[in-house]
Amino acid sequence: MTSVHVTDLVKDYTIRGGLKRTRLRAVDHVSLELTPGRTVALVGESGSGKSTIAKILTRMETPTSGGVKVVRDDGTEVDRAAYRREVQMVFQDPFASLNPFHSIEHHIARPLRIHDRTAAGEETRQRVLEMLERVNLTPAATIAPRRPHELSGGQRQRVAIARALAPGARVLIADEPVSMLDVSIRLGVLNLLGRLQREDDLAVLYITHDLATARHFSDEITVLYRGRVVERGPADAVILDPHHEYTKLLAAAAPDPERLGRVTADAPVDRDAIDNGACYDHFAGEWREAGVPAAEARAAVRD
Amino acid sequence: MTNLKPANTTPVADADPAAPAAPARSGWRSLLPTMTPWLAIGLALVGGIVLFGLIAPLLVGDPRQIRDQGLTPPSAEFWLGTTQTGQDVLAQLAFATRGSLQIGLLVGVLATVLSAFFGIYGAYRGKFLDDAFSLFTNVFLVIPGLPLVIVISGFVPRESRGLWTIAVVLAVTGWAASARVLHAQTLSVRQRDYVAASQVSGERPWRVIVVEILPNLLPVIASQFVFAVIAAILGEAGLSYIGLGASNSATLGTMLFYAQNGFALSLGAWWWFVPPGLMIALFGTGLSLVNFSIDEVINPKLKNLRQHRRRARRALRLERELARASRRTAAVKETDR
Repeated sequence: MTSVHVTDLVKDYTIRGGLKRTRLRAVDHVSLELTPGRTVALVGESGSGKSTIAKILTRMETPTSGGVKVVRDDGTEVDRAAYRREVQMVFQDPFASLNPFHSIEHHIARPLRIHDRTAAGEETRQRVLEMLERVNLTPAATIAPRRPHELSGGQRQRVAIARALAPGARVLIADEPVSMLDVSIRLGVLNLLGRLQREDDLAVLYITHDLATARHFSDEITVLYRGRVVERGPADAVILDPHHEYTKLLAAAAPDPERLGRVTADAPVDRDAIDNGACYDHFAGEWREAGVPAAEARAAVRD
Repeated sequence: MTNLKPANTTPVADADPAAPAAPARSGWRSLLPTMTPWLAIGLALVGGIVLFGLIAPLLVGDPRQIRDQGLTPPSAEFWLGTTQTGQDVLAQLAFATRGSLQIGLLVGVLATVLSAFFGIYGAYRGKFLDDAFSLFTNVFLVIPGLPLVIVISGFVPRESRGLWTIAVVLAVTGWAASARVLHAQTLSVRQRDYVAASQVSGERPWRVIVVEILPNLLPVIASQFVFAVIAAILGEAGLSYIGLGASNSATLGTMLFYAQNGFALSLGAWWWFVPPGLMIALFGTGLSLVNFSIDEVINPKLKNLRQHRRRARRALRLERELARASRRTAAVKETDR
């Protein structure tokens, strides 16, 4: 089993506009911890740095400072070569994340082959069918030779999940895995993710902007705002008892079935006023300076 | 949970999940253009000319053989007449077509490889390499092609000016525009999630390019290839026509060059210069028609437009027939009354 320790992560982007160069801090001293069998939800609006964190965790971007440490149960750190086997990602858009040119079989067989999970030929095909059955795509034998455009959005996302698990991943980054799907199949895909997590004891980072699914699906919620963590804690605590102004705003924005009538947008929010530069930690039960590592926070609770 | 099973689930397949899957269907079929009359004409022209270039040289006599019956119009003996020195024009045309096709294919392949390398690899790697490759491409783009070709061909001594020299010169001056198109297209494709997904699953860069990106660029590459072949054949004909072509090679351009030198036009010997000219024009037309069909694969909007037009035409025809029929029944009723 593998856990991920993200400490003090900073990512700056340089924006070139003519002769001017400005720096945009997309991720500002974020610390996270992913442990086997637990789901951490990363919640925040567009542009809050969620996807940048996902890209850094999957090594598609390099952080400006701070580090990502992936450690196995026996204490050994996962090195560069094995990184892609341990940490995998499910992309947001199932219509874009599968190559229209290739069959479903290709998408799952490639990670198996790359990471030497199977010998070539018939064994790979058998493994592909097993993977497809694991994500409830049956009959696998008729799904495998199809191409992505012949499948529905939900089916494609299952293929994407199977592809992510094919190398034998222990850590799964799910970047808004259900936001592009019909509401009616979201729960199915989330329950599938939950089942796979239990079976494989996966550490999952669930990135979303939807508080309702975050509460349903995750154990812990981390709220990002402008690249900073503004609130963290157990899922129920964060949603039922939000402390930070931004979290309150998010919680209020979620539609409430109890409340009748149409909810109209309130007056525009003063973005600077709600940003107090601090982070409320439900584990510690107190406000902290932004950027205190989660491990320290939790250690403080245990003390 | 909805939509877990496809509608065509068969109990047999369910009962035996270990049954080997059918071989994976490839994406090649989606790359083929739809058969239209235009495509059929284009393919027929290109296929016919290629067959002529391949087979005819085996059937005709020696194109260099000089006879004492100069400048005879087409006859039963010489189907396309003879030149001033009594050479068989048909035999010359056969060998010249083969030579031109050779040059076209060679340059097409060379230019496509060059443009694919500089366009795709640069765009995929990005950053400094991309800037360097783009600069290089832009430099070649603004170099005026034909004058450079003339200078290079004139510089290389005639004895060492073989088929390959001309092919390389034409390819080097002709790849840049295609590279820009491929560059732009690659920039778009490499941003797609499936490319990122294959990188995350640990594919090596060359495999990401060749297996994930390249197939999605194939229609563009095919179109650029066809275009390069046309340009090469025309360019070579132009070069040969001004006497700078490959030495001791027979192409449609050299035929035109000799016809020009032999005053074919002023002597009214149309059978000498019309066949090679027509051959070039027909081959260009054929390839262009094929290219238009490939364009439909790249830009499905064109295809929709064509289908829409056809549907509209059919609807109009139907409407007219209906109107006519109703008029007829009205007339019948009128007479009945």
